[in-house]
Amino acid sequence: MKPRYLGIAALVGLAATVALGLGVTPPDQVMGDLVRLLYIHPAVAWVAYLAFGVTALTSVLYLWPRTRSMFWDRVGASSAEIGVVFCALTLVTGSLWGRPTWGVWWQWDARLTTTALLLALFVGYLALRRVSVDPVARARRSAVAALVAFADVPIVHMSVLWWHTLHQAPTVLTPGLSNPTLSPSMGWTLLLSFLSFTALYGWLLMHRYRAAVLESRLDDEGMELALAERWAEAKVDAA
Amino acid sequence: MSAEVWRAAALVAGKDLRIERRARVGAQQVAPFALVVLVLFAFAFDANHTLLRQAAPGLFWVAVLFAGVLGVQRSFSLEAADGARDGLRLTGMDPAGIFLGKAGALAGQLVVLEAVLAAGVAVLYSTSLRGGGLLVLTCALATVGLAAAGTVYGVVAASVGVSETLLPLLLLPVLAPVLLAATKAWSDALTGAPGAWGWMRILGVFAVVYVAAGVLAFGPLLEES
Repeated sequence: MKPRYLGIAALVGLAATVALGLGVTPPDQVMGDLVRLLYIHPAVAWVAYLAFGVTALTSVLYLWPRTRSMFWDRVGASSAEIGVVFCALTLVTGSLWGRPTWGVWWQWDARLTTTALLLALFVGYLALRRVSVDPVARARRSAVAALVAFADVPIVHMSVLWWHTLHQAPTVLTPGLSNPTLSPSMGWTLLLSFLSFTALYGWLLMHRYRAAVLESRLDDEGMELALAERWAEAKVDAA
Repeated sequence: MSAEVWRAAALVAGKDLRIERRARVGAQQVAPFALVVLVLFAFAFDANHTLLRQAAPGLFWVAVLFAGVLGVQRSFSLEAADGARDGLRLTGMDPAGIFLGKAGALAGQLVVLEAVLAAGVAVLYSTSLRGGGLLVLTCALATVGLAAAGTVYGVVAASVGVSETLLPLLLLPVLAPVLLAATKAWSDALTGAPGAWGWMRILGVFAVVYVAAGVLAFGPLLEES
């Protein structure tokens, strides 16, 4: 599929989400207009978790000898970058929602704390990628680092879950999806927001991957060019 | 695991501890630094004894963590000089053994550090260290986890050559559950609350996961460093 079609789908979907979320859906009985964050925050958070999940998966695929290829390394790195952006957006939109509903910008709740630590872990992953030079060594090292960091996530979650829990439990994604408190227009808008943000993720991932391929080509060709220039100089000197 | 692995571990740990005994970097720099951190916390809390006593478990473990990062850095700066890392690779020892040795030496130093800091907390924050058995067990489990995770990230950071700045960023978020669980276990043990065993389970799981990760991943990480 061409990235352009996915991009168009994502942008149209997002525009429709904005229109439905702001115009058509009803305000909430308790939260009023604040409930409209429902069409951004959960979808953004989903993309962040999806992106980190993809990075963990591609790290496994890279380390597995039969599927080892730079393709997985580049996809994983691209996905981690998008994940960090969306994870930060999750915390920002959550914070905006928390302030009027809980009365504070930040709560040391289990899910918030896990998400914040997840962000820190993957910021570390990106920092590690940045300082590595040799592409093959970098691929292996960062795949191992991603998996070792990912192993920490369940432990973090378990420990902070025991510590504090305030975030509301999932109310829409309950078994059977039967939720009488959600009006149909809200349900459809929510679904649309998930689909649009996922399409946006796919689009960004394709472009970031393309940029990663171009970056490595630039490195290779730049090296060849520099070598050719040095050879030419040597020839002039010799002549 | 074979006897070979354990022999390699004993050799590497013996080497690291012998260097420490001769150079005394841990004793003369890291441990005093940790005590300075305890003193600084007292300034931050306005030397309020009630507050300090309440926060003592957390402050103790934060000090252990900070000093632990320095310990990890020291452990791998030993290998950076004079191509020692190449030497280590060329010995042909099992990487799992090298990992267990480095982590073991680090754990040994951390235990001494924790003893010093516990004395510091008892004196400076006037905390009576009740429930001694639980405290010691918490320290043992947390130390294994700290040493294992520290050694894994130590070799990752050492291999890219900016370990001073990169290591804390990589390591401290990973160690967050250890800090949380060890702090809660200590404060439950000190106040006589019953929750300490539950938190020790988390410390145990963390230790097992990171020892396993180190045994599996240390080879490839050391190979390319």
